[in-house]
Amino acid sequence: MNQISQTLERFGGVYLLPVIVGLIAFVLIGAPSSWVTLTVAGLSMGMMIFLMASGLSLIFGLMDVMNFGHSAFVSFGAFVSASALAYLSGWLGADSVALNILALFLAFAAALAFGLVAGWFFEVVIIKPVYHDHLRQILITMGALIVSEQIILAIWGGAPVSVPRPAFLEGSWLIGDVTIEIYRAFAFALGLAVYLALFFVLTRTRIGLLIRAGVENREMVEALGYKINRLFVGVFMVGSALAALGGAMWAGYETLITPALGGEMMIVVFIVVIIGGLGSVEGTLLGAIMVGLMANYIGFLAPKLALASNMILMMAILLWRPSGLKPAVK
Amino acid sequence: MTHSSPARGELFIKALVLTIGVLLLFAPFLFQDTRSLEVAARICIFVVLVASYDLLIGYTGIVSFAHTMFFGFGAYGGAIALKQMGPGWDAVIVGAITGLAVSIIVAIAIGLLSLRVKAIFFAMITLAAASVALVLASQLSGLTGGEDGITYKTPQVFKTATKLLVDENGKVARLFGVKLNGKLAAYYFVFATSLALFILCLRMVASPLGTVLKAIRENEARAEAIGYRVVAYRTFVFCMAAAAASLAGTIYAIWLKYTGPDTALSFTIMIDILLMVVIGGMGTMYGAVIGAVLLVLAQYYLRDLMGVAAEFFHGVPVLPELFDPDRWLLWLGIIFILLVYFFPKGIAGTIWTKGARD
Repeated sequence: MNQISQTLERFGGVYLLPVIVGLIAFVLIGAPSSWVTLTVAGLSMGMMIFLMASGLSLIFGLMDVMNFGHSAFVSFGAFVSASALAYLSGWLGADSVALNILALFLAFAAALAFGLVAGWFFEVVIIKPVYHDHLRQILITMGALIVSEQIILAIWGGAPVSVPRPAFLEGSWLIGDVTIEIYRAFAFALGLAVYLALFFVLTRTRIGLLIRAGVENREMVEALGYKINRLFVGVFMVGSALAALGGAMWAGYETLITPALGGEMMIVVFIVVIIGGLGSVEGTLLGAIMVGLMANYIGFLAPKLALASNMILMMAILLWRPSGLKPAVK
Repeated sequence: MTHSSPARGELFIKALVLTIGVLLLFAPFLFQDTRSLEVAARICIFVVLVASYDLLIGYTGIVSFAHTMFFGFGAYGGAIALKQMGPGWDAVIVGAITGLAVSIIVAIAIGLLSLRVKAIFFAMITLAAASVALVLASQLSGLTGGEDGITYKTPQVFKTATKLLVDENGKVARLFGVKLNGKLAAYYFVFATSLALFILCLRMVASPLGTVLKAIRENEARAEAIGYRVVAYRTFVFCMAAAAASLAGTIYAIWLKYTGPDTALSFTIMIDILLMVVIGGMGTMYGAVIGAVLLVLAQYYLRDLMGVAAEFFHGVPVLPELFDPDRWLLWLGIIFILLVYFFPKGIAGTIWTKGARD
C-alpha cells in the first residue's frame, strides 16, 4: 500500500485525479467519440471556471480575505462584453476574420478593463476597512454582491440577454466521427494561455516571488520591507479582471445570459476553490478541471445526479483531505 | 455606570421590544385589513428566524448561509405531510417532526464536517449546501411540486370560513368589529408559537450555555484551553438554530397554506435574514425583533414609497430606474454596508451601549 502511494506520488500525486476520472468515464461511457466530445467540453468548462476562481483563491491566500462578492465581477464581465459585442455586431458578422478577432479582442479588453477598475474600487473602498475581521468581511462583501446584482438588474434588466459570437468561432470541427465545437477549443486554449502566464509570473518574476512569499508568510515579507498592501491591491485587481474575463468567455459559451449567472457561478467557484485548496493556483486549476469533467460525464451518464455532483465531489474530497487537494495556506 | 439600575439604553430597547410585542398581540384588532395581518404574521415568523440566526452569528460568531435551508425543511415537511395525509393536527405534528429530524441530521453532518475549520470555510460550505437544497426542491417535483410549490389545506380551525364564536343570528361573532373566524385563530397560533420559540432563544442565551458561546466567540483558543469542547458546542448551537428555523418553517407553511421555493428556500430569504440581524444588532436577541419589524415593514411599504419616488423622477434619465420599486434591495444593500462599517452593533446594540456610557 505504501509503495503504491509512493509510486502514485512520483507520477504526479493528486494531479492524476482528472486522468483517473477520465479513464473511469471512458470505460463507463463506452463510445470513444462521445467520450472525446465530453472530455473537450469538460476541459473547456474547467478552464473557464479556473479563470473565475483563480483570483479568488490568490486573494484569499495572500491576504486572508474572502470576497463573497467575487461573482459580481463574473456577471459584470459577462454583461459588459455582451454589450460590447452587440455594439460591434457589424464587425462580428463581417467576412474578414481580422475584424472578427478585433471585435472579440475589444469585448474581452472591455471586460478586463472593467474588472481592473472595479477591482481597485472594491479593494480600496469596500474591503480595506475590514481586513482581519472575517465576520464583517463576509457581511460586507455579501452586501456588495447584493448591490452589484441590483445595479446589473437596473442597467440590463431582468430579461435574458443574447450574446453574439464572432463568425469564426461558430460551428465545429469534424475529426473522424468526433465533433469538437470551435468555441470550446478556443476557451480551452485561452484558459491554458492565462494559466501559463500566471504560472510564469508567479514562478519566474520578482513580483511572483513576493506574492508566493506573501502567501506563505505575510509578516516576514513585510518585515523585509516590502509593501504587501500595495501588492495585494494589484493581485486583487488582476484577480477581478480574470473573473471578468471568465464571465465574458462564459457569456459567449452560453450565448444567453441572465443576471442570475453570477449567483450560479459563485457556488461552482466556491466549490472549486474549496476542492483545490485555498491559496494555490495549481489547486484551483485541478479543482476546476475536476468540476468541469465531472459535470459533463455525470450529465451524460446520470442526468438526474448532475446537479448534486459538485456537492458530492466536494464532500468526498473534504472527507479525504479536509483542506483541499493542494492547499497553499498552512 | 452602576450595576444596580439598568442603563437607559437597555431600558429603552426593552420597552421598545415590549411595545412591539403588545402591538403584535393586538394586531388583528388594531389594523383591520388582510394585508396588515399578513405583515404581522410575517414579522412573528421572521423574529424567530432572525433570533435563531443571531444565536449563530451574534453569540457564537459563525456565519451560516444555510439558515433558509432549515426553514425550508420545516416548511416542506409541514407542506408535504398536510398534502399527503390531509388537513389535520396529526399531519402538522408528523410534518414538524420530520422537518426537525432532517434539519438536525443535516446540521450535525455539516457541523462535524466543517465547523473545525475556519469561519470562511464554513460559510462557503453552507452556501453550497443551501444551493443544492434549492435545486433539489425544484427537481424532485413529484414530492415538492417543483417551481410551482404545493398548496394544501390546513386544520379545520384555521379556515377563514370557520366560526369560532357564533352570535344569536348564527353569523360569526364580532369583537370590536373583528370577525372571530379561523383567520384570527391562525394568527394567534403563529403569534403564540413564535413567542414561545423566541423566549426559548432568549432563555438559551441567558443560560450558562450562552456564556460559553460568547467565550468561544471572543477567544476560541482560550475557551478550548479552559476545557470547553469548542466543536461540540458549535455543532450543538448550530443544531439548535436549525431546529428553531425548521419549526418556524412549519408554522409559516401552516399560515400561508402554500409552500414553494420562493417562500421557503430562496436565497432572498437568506439575504433578508442577514439584513435583519445586522440592522437590528448582532448578539443582542432584542435586535432580532427590531430588525424583523423594520425590514418586513420596508418590504411591504417601502416599495409603495419608491413607486411614488420613481413617478416623481419621471423623465430624469437614470433616477427612475434606480427608484423602481423592484430595486429596493439596492438601497437596503447600501444601508447594510454602511451599517456594517459604522454601526456594527446595529440599532439595538448601539442604543444599548449608548445609555451605559452616560
